[in-house]
Amino acid sequence: MALDAFFGPAAAPARPVRSEPRLVRGVLIGTALAFLAIFLVLPLAVVFAQAFAGGVQAWLDSLVEPDALAAIRLTLMAAAIAVPLNLVFGVAAAWCIARFEFRGKSLLTTLIDLPFSVSPVIAGLIYVLLFGLNGWLGPWLRDHDIQIVFALPGIVLATIFVTFPFVARELIPLMQEQGAEEEEAAIMLGASGWQTFRRVTLPKIRWGLLYGVLLCNARAMGEFGAVSVVSGHIRGETNTMPLHVEILYNEYNMVAAFAVASLLALLALVTLVVKSLLEWRYAGELAASRRH
Amino acid sequence: MHARTRSLAALLLGAALACGATASRTASAADSNLLNVSYDPTRELYADYNKLFAAKWKTESGQTVAIRQSHGGSGTQARSVIDGNDADVVTLALAYDIDAIADAGRLDKDWQKEFPDNSSPYTSTIVFLVRKGNPKAIKDWDDLVKPGTQVITPNPKTSGGARWNFLAAYGYALDKNGGDEAKAKEFTSQLLKNVPVLDTGARGATITFVQRGLGDVLLAWENEAFLAVKELGPDKFDIVVPSVSILAEPPVAIVDQVVDRKGTRKAAEAYLRTLYTPEAQDLAARHYYRPRLAEVADRYADRFPKLEMFTIDGKFGGWRSAQAKFFADGGIFDQIYTPGR
Repeated sequence: MALDAFFGPAAAPARPVRSEPRLVRGVLIGTALAFLAIFLVLPLAVVFAQAFAGGVQAWLDSLVEPDALAAIRLTLMAAAIAVPLNLVFGVAAAWCIARFEFRGKSLLTTLIDLPFSVSPVIAGLIYVLLFGLNGWLGPWLRDHDIQIVFALPGIVLATIFVTFPFVARELIPLMQEQGAEEEEAAIMLGASGWQTFRRVTLPKIRWGLLYGVLLCNARAMGEFGAVSVVSGHIRGETNTMPLHVEILYNEYNMVAAFAVASLLALLALVTLVVKSLLEWRYAGELAASRRH
Repeated sequence: MHARTRSLAALLLGAALACGATASRTASAADSNLLNVSYDPTRELYADYNKLFAAKWKTESGQTVAIRQSHGGSGTQARSVIDGNDADVVTLALAYDIDAIADAGRLDKDWQKEFPDNSSPYTSTIVFLVRKGNPKAIKDWDDLVKPGTQVITPNPKTSGGARWNFLAAYGYALDKNGGDEAKAKEFTSQLLKNVPVLDTGARGATITFVQRGLGDVLLAWENEAFLAVKELGPDKFDIVVPSVSILAEPPVAIVDQVVDRKGTRKAAEAYLRTLYTPEAQDLAARHYYRPRLAEVADRYADRFPKLEMFTIDGKFGGWRSAQAKFFADGGIFDQIYTPGR
């Protein structure tokens, strides 16, 4: 403000209307970059530096160790179950919210957002309260020899809960903005419901869908709080990668802890790279679909 | 639309149930399958002990046994067993946590009489971990309340280990002042004023002290202190043994409800009973727990210095009354501890 008042009168006639003074631009860009460096790049660098502190062999050894392998397998499995289910749910929810008017629609929209506002620890606890031995369904489940919490199903349920909104949240505004004219036209021309969805709707929403799935996947693999509550921490069985990182860290096993952490970070980075690659490859098409 | 949502819900539930059914059948290649739910510092001990027991059980009964481990904060672990984590045996940090499982009806109320020595096959005590060369010359409990000495200990409200620390200090002060409770409160209150941060768990406090370099002295279980020295370098820390401390008895118990349902009682009982054999006692000693067997203890006499130790039962009338008196809401800890001071 003070700078503007100082330089304002002299500089105003010379510069283009929409451009900021060089100093302001420099400060803004510098601030953004410094923030990125301090809060993102530096920690990431530390993770990888620590992970490779013992050399590449030590890094590899910590990843092929049985408990670590089990954790990686479990994490991928939980994501492989949770993400497709949320994909189906997300599309269904976005479809009905964007295309139909019905009672309780705003309530449904609010409910979809619930996992974002509820603490992950609570998300885990609700499943313990529901399926735990002292919970509503616990005794019945035990009589039928079904284990939900402290086993894979509990971990999957908790993961689904926290990653619930990603796909739907990405699609709802997109589909609302796009409107339903093309679908209506398709149906008028004799397309069946499934044909309309596959040949008209899906191509229109595929970018939003992809973003949603990628974000959902990243969170599914990284979730700690909710999964920690329902995991039971059985080694080689119900420890996911984030839980395994914490355990290794608490065992003074820094190299292994950061090796697993670096793998998690790599998975996240791959997700980002895939997203950027697709964006770059299909830049033209993307711009076209945005024009709707 | 309704039909669609309903079928979606059915799909979700179906998938969950299918997973449940498969999960309960996995890992059953062995004749019997035990889950030992334990607390944090026992990981290395049980990793070794499980091998020892599996071999022994094979020769004794001809059966194979697979043992799975779960580790975490003692209270959290007890909670998960109450909520249905199917532990055949629990090996936790303090009797109070197993009492909580018993109160939930999952195991016999008289569990502590089932095995010798209060069902605690190995013991430990509370010692001080100080920086190399002991720059603040900390020798005994009195040195912890001196102004300018920073003490690291976790929060007794959330950490089982911290309750031992607190009671060790309190018991020392009682002894010193001829059983005067007011003086003991004064002493522990003074000590807590020297604690810059109360971590929620024992490992967290250890990490604060050794990794983050906070504080002059860490109150720790003897086995934890040994482990920290071993893992992070003998050139960084010294262990100081006070004149008096508490006998820490981490107990073990069979979870009756689970073994009866799974039919694993025999194996579970043998698993805990074998902890008292000379080989297992030797293993415990190697992992820095004080063995109960005199013959093994003698062999490790130079590792574990002799000191005067009082017990929870002797000094505070057992864990239940200690818990109610000191750590319940409004108890002595709440009365003397004011955060941020």
